[in-house]
Amino acid sequence: MSPAILEFDSLSKAYGRLQALRSASFSVRAGEIFGFVGSNGAGKTTAMRIALGVLAADAGEVRWAGAPLDLEARRRVGYMPEERGLYPRMKVGGQLVYLGRLHGMSPAEARAAMEAWTLRLGVAGRRDDEVQKLSLGNQQRVQLTAALMHDPSVLILDEPFSGLDPVAVDVMSDVLRERADAGVPVVFSSHQLALVEGLCDRVGIIRNGSMVAVGSIAELRRTEAPRWVVDAPDAPAGWADGLPGVAVVGLDRTRTTLEVSSTAPGAEQAVLAAALRTGRVREFAPVRPSLAELYRDVVSQAEPPLPSAPPATRGRSRWTRRGDAA
Amino acid sequence: MDATRGRGVSARAMGLVAGREVRTRVRNKTFIWTTVVIVVGIMVAGFLISTFADDVVPAQMVGVTAETAVLGPPLVAAGTATGVPIETRTVTATTGEELVRDGTLDALITGDATDPVVVVKTGVGSSLRLSFAILAQQLALDEEITALGGNPAEVAQNVATASLDVRALEQAAPVDESLAVTGMLGGVLIFIAIAITGQLVAQGVVEEKTSRVVELLLSTIRPWELMAGKVLGIGAIGLGQLVLIAGTGLGTAAATGVLADIQINITATVLWVLLWFVLGYAMFSLVLAAMSALVSRQEDVGSVVTPVMLVMMIPYFVGITVGIRNPSSPLVTNLSLVPFFSPFLMPIRIATGTVAGWELALTVTLAVGILPVLVWLTGRIYGNAVLRTGARVSLREALRGS
Repeated sequence: MSPAILEFDSLSKAYGRLQALRSASFSVRAGEIFGFVGSNGAGKTTAMRIALGVLAADAGEVRWAGAPLDLEARRRVGYMPEERGLYPRMKVGGQLVYLGRLHGMSPAEARAAMEAWTLRLGVAGRRDDEVQKLSLGNQQRVQLTAALMHDPSVLILDEPFSGLDPVAVDVMSDVLRERADAGVPVVFSSHQLALVEGLCDRVGIIRNGSMVAVGSIAELRRTEAPRWVVDAPDAPAGWADGLPGVAVVGLDRTRTTLEVSSTAPGAEQAVLAAALRTGRVREFAPVRPSLAELYRDVVSQAEPPLPSAPPATRGRSRWTRRGDAA
Repeated sequence: MDATRGRGVSARAMGLVAGREVRTRVRNKTFIWTTVVIVVGIMVAGFLISTFADDVVPAQMVGVTAETAVLGPPLVAAGTATGVPIETRTVTATTGEELVRDGTLDALITGDATDPVVVVKTGVGSSLRLSFAILAQQLALDEEITALGGNPAEVAQNVATASLDVRALEQAAPVDESLAVTGMLGGVLIFIAIAITGQLVAQGVVEEKTSRVVELLLSTIRPWELMAGKVLGIGAIGLGQLVLIAGTGLGTAAATGVLADIQINITATVLWVLLWFVLGYAMFSLVLAAMSALVSRQEDVGSVVTPVMLVMMIPYFVGITVGIRNPSSPLVTNLSLVPFFSPFLMPIRIATGTVAGWELALTVTLAVGILPVLVWLTGRIYGNAVLRTGARVSLREALRGS
């Protein structure tokens, strides 16, 4: 049997002269939560819509367990579109049962699942209300119920966290983790990078329709030129100059940030030794950039400089473009 | 996926979509009350017509005295000629005036037969005025005839039997007006039913687009399944409403005997009306579904629905103007063979018996035959346009695909 992997394989899509996706590839293993990040208009929604068949790709395809994700297979996908969509004048319960049935459930199954999931997501009391009478946050919960209630084998969620209150964010995170633990590949897009960093097993960053980074946060941090920070209060200016394969990329009072481009194991030890020769060393640690920092770094590259943008101090890339490791 | 299974899945998807449409409508209070009002209205109208049809104008009571009793029969005859039933009652002058005053009598004729006086409460009622005028002329004429030495009764006899020879230049159209009216009503009913249900289809398509629920739906079913299911569901509701209305009409007619004297096979006419509704609805609702997929907002629905409605109005107006007077005119005959026009014109030709069997066979075949092409074409437009929100999608773009 083919491995249970959701593969986005070389997707390309143009809207007229706008190239929305340029051969974008990544894959999500069963049981994995994949965070899909990128600027507005980078191509996240386009990729997800192609996966759900509501948009046709110019090239490439989406496969699940080795087979193209066709209509039959898509009924087993839980989908939350970026543009939330429910019938405004239909009651919550009836609407969810209808959507469950479109996914292939029997009336009894759909009713039972609707009852269980509305209870879990805290909208059980609103089953007999029209959707338009609910607050946006509660409509969002109903939308998530619609994506989850048919026990999907794959979850594809476009911005599931936008507009949720902190409690709902926790519920949503728990549900996604639970589904992933049950063996479901989960893909979601988000601009809340701290949340993505905390929740996702792997992350993909898309820019201008191309995947520029794919991997776990640890993998994304592992670069060919790791950075170290040294706090040496007694060190004179230029103390690190002349160290082979080491470049000073930042200085904040007594803290020096260095980029070690040497690939030799233990190359950073030379930096520590040099620092110790200047006197006290209060801190010596690898720089562990947050996803937000990694993201800014990747996305800012090769973009036309804006007049108001801060000077580009980041220099050359700490990144290499990675293929899809999966 | 083998073809049989694919068909089963499609049928299930369309059934679910159609079922939702039906459930949504039958639970809609406006829909329920409109239907109830129409059905009750038909029954009340039938009852009123049957109650008043036999005795539309109440009889006028006119009192005569012993002296004027001879004027009674000519007055009743004058009333009959002008459509006013008159009853006479012989009374004495005094009691007669009492009865006029209390309203039992509408008028009292006193004096003597050659120079009568009409006594009324306030004035001669409009329904009696003409009868009295004829009576007065009659009296004046009789007086002159007598003065000239003639016999008034003999002259009256000759006058009554006099007639002109009539030579018709053309054969009158052998059309019973009641048949043409029945046929025209069928066409009007079809027009109204298609206009209402077509509007529902258009609004439904745009509602799904506006609320973006269409994206969620189309991740599980194909665009044409969604479109066809919607058209089927709303069509079933429209047909059900039409059957209810026609059934109420037939039932009321049978119960009250209103249509008993109309020379028409009313059941066949109703069945034809239902058939033409189904065919006309299928054609127009598919076009409306595709057209309304081009726009994203309810306020834009009118801009795509109006042109289609204008096309519907051509046969409709031809039917209620020319068709009702001359159902076999070339205009009506030729237009009735055009697929999109037949549903509104054929009922009038069928009801008046001015349609040949081959013409019926041809138009039904054309209408049924055009449907697969229409399904393909509108399905393509719908599928290409329904997910494109925002600005209106041009028809050319929708046909070409994205």
